[in-house]
Amino acid sequence: MMEQISQLVETLKTGTGLWNPLIWIVAIVIAFLIVYIIRSFGNKDYKKGTEQTKAFLSGNPEYEKEKMHIKSSNIYWGFLESLKWAYNALDKMHTGNVSDYVLWFVVIMGVFFIIMGVL
Amino acid sequence: MSIEELFNFLLDHSPALIVAIPLLGAFLTPLVGKINDKVRNAFAILVVAFTSFLVFLLANDILTNNTIRTYVFGAENAGSPIVRILFEVDGFSAYMAIIASILAIAGVIYAWSHMKEHTGQDKFYTLVLLMIAGMFGMILTGDMFNFFVFLEITSIAACALIAFYTNKGKAVDAGFKYIVISSIGALFILFAIGILYSQYNALNMAVIADSITFSFLDKIALVLLISGLAMKAGIVPMHMWLPDAYGRAPASVTVILIGATQASLYGLFRMVFSVYGNVFSSIDVTKDTVINTINSVNSVGWMLIILAILTMLIGALMALKQSNLKRLIAFAALAEVGYMLLGVGVRLASKVSQDITIAGETTTQVAFQGYSATALTGSVFHIMNDALDIGLLFLVAGAIYLVTKETSLNKLGGLARNMKYTTVFFLIGLFAVSGMPPMNGFASKLMIYQSTFQLNPIIAIVAILCSILLLAVFVKVFHSAFLGPKLPSLKDVKEAPKSLLIAMGIIACIIIFIGLFPNLFVENIVTPAANAIMDSAKYITAVI
Repeated sequence: MMEQISQLVETLKTGTGLWNPLIWIVAIVIAFLIVYIIRSFGNKDYKKGTEQTKAFLSGNPEYEKEKMHIKSSNIYWGFLESLKWAYNALDKMHTGNVSDYVLWFVVIMGVFFIIMGVL
Repeated sequence: MSIEELFNFLLDHSPALIVAIPLLGAFLTPLVGKINDKVRNAFAILVVAFTSFLVFLLANDILTNNTIRTYVFGAENAGSPIVRILFEVDGFSAYMAIIASILAIAGVIYAWSHMKEHTGQDKFYTLVLLMIAGMFGMILTGDMFNFFVFLEITSIAACALIAFYTNKGKAVDAGFKYIVISSIGALFILFAIGILYSQYNALNMAVIADSITFSFLDKIALVLLISGLAMKAGIVPMHMWLPDAYGRAPASVTVILIGATQASLYGLFRMVFSVYGNVFSSIDVTKDTVINTINSVNSVGWMLIILAILTMLIGALMALKQSNLKRLIAFAALAEVGYMLLGVGVRLASKVSQDITIAGETTTQVAFQGYSATALTGSVFHIMNDALDIGLLFLVAGAIYLVTKETSLNKLGGLARNMKYTTVFFLIGLFAVSGMPPMNGFASKLMIYQSTFQLNPIIAIVAILCSILLLAVFVKVFHSAFLGPKLPSLKDVKEAPKSLLIAMGIIACIIIFIGLFPNLFVENIVTPAANAIMDSAKYITAVI
């Protein structure tokens, strides 16, 4: 029984490193405990449901919650905008035309033929 | 007959039964469907459950005893394997069969509620069971032509299932694209099989592997096999069919389709490491091909690494842009295929030969760098993890569609308030697919990163970057679909039906179990599977 348990919790060796999720979980629990202890030293003046908990949007009025939800298309807008050149190229590649799909297959096959010294 | 004798009988005939039972079940389904829908659904689940039981029975025998089982059709013993269809099941086949059975069982349980409102369910279950039979056939066969036949069965069934929503033009379009791509890929594979047959007068994989000389024609056949199977596995830039197919098929089909795609990847592994084992796996310097082909092996390895990097990068970047949930997950699935391919590339790129002088005598040594075995093991491990993680995310997407009738992330929000269990399952899938500790995806990716780093640190950095991108992708999904206030249009949304939750729960539990105890899994299942694929000589001697 003990042998089976020890096999269960054994560390995974990856050649140059190791990984044991159980040790990781213990470490995370300890980290959370430390955070909790530090938090308990915090200011105790916080009062729920008062002005303190209201969102401050640079003096602007708060919209209804349904209108505040950020839609998927707006997330990572900056990232997508800065990589527009790459996305334009990728969009051109994804034509949706099945003939183009086959063309890519032929191209890759050609490259493999060259690599193998057939062509 | 005692229970032990029954078990032994089932074990002896399991390679054939694993294919025969779903095949027979497929043709019986329309008949059973005449009784009523519930009986038919239960029948389909029973067929897949019994098949899975046989898979686990067979896998347990093969992986614990580190053996290879052969099953010859039409003969008591192997006899002349050249003229008979033969199934050859080694550790790697058993491992892939386990993956396929988990996906199959989750898929059919999920379909019970997911397909409830649709007509044509008799056809649906018939096709699902046919696809499962084809998938197992591809994995278990030791015959090249038989492999092609099962590939075709899988493709035709998958095409019809992708286009199952015939009232939606895009689903039919995706099905059409899939069958065109599959047929072209399969035809080139058939052409390659023809070339090998003309040279060696054999269709058995082990017999061909024993004779292969890496002649000009062998090289042509290899290119055709790699290209055809890579396209079926959805490797960039031959991946464009995959987001269409995964995105348009019903979720219960998509999860089994992942298994079918991985069966093609299995084919790629089998062809490269077993059929062409004399070239790619062997380090026996007495064989001319081993020394003379090292440059070719390295070149193929680097080509696969480049394709793997492209697959990871393009998959992750395109996923980040998507607003359609299923299409987004499909691109993420693509990125995950890149990790599996990377391990194969690293293995091949690390084959070296060197002249060593001992006591004035110079000898040539051929070897693989030590880290390459870890790379391939990580890659094999990641096949399982990807199937589970991506499978779970597709099931979540299907559950969301079932209750909201929406796949556009722009129209979703606040689902965590009404779909608590589904949210938890999504979070498990999110962490797992992004390779976050302590989930299963982390363990396999760590093995791939560390071994790849030793070959070239930049490749490892790109792989890690892609994983971070995948995390960003699914954080976006989590925020868009699950967080935020209840949207007015989704106020009455309820939790997913029980059968969907059970299917998601099965996969989530396996993900957590593998995540918490990776070594147990790697030592007992993954390493025997990886060793089986690396040892081509054993594969050959099991038949000859």
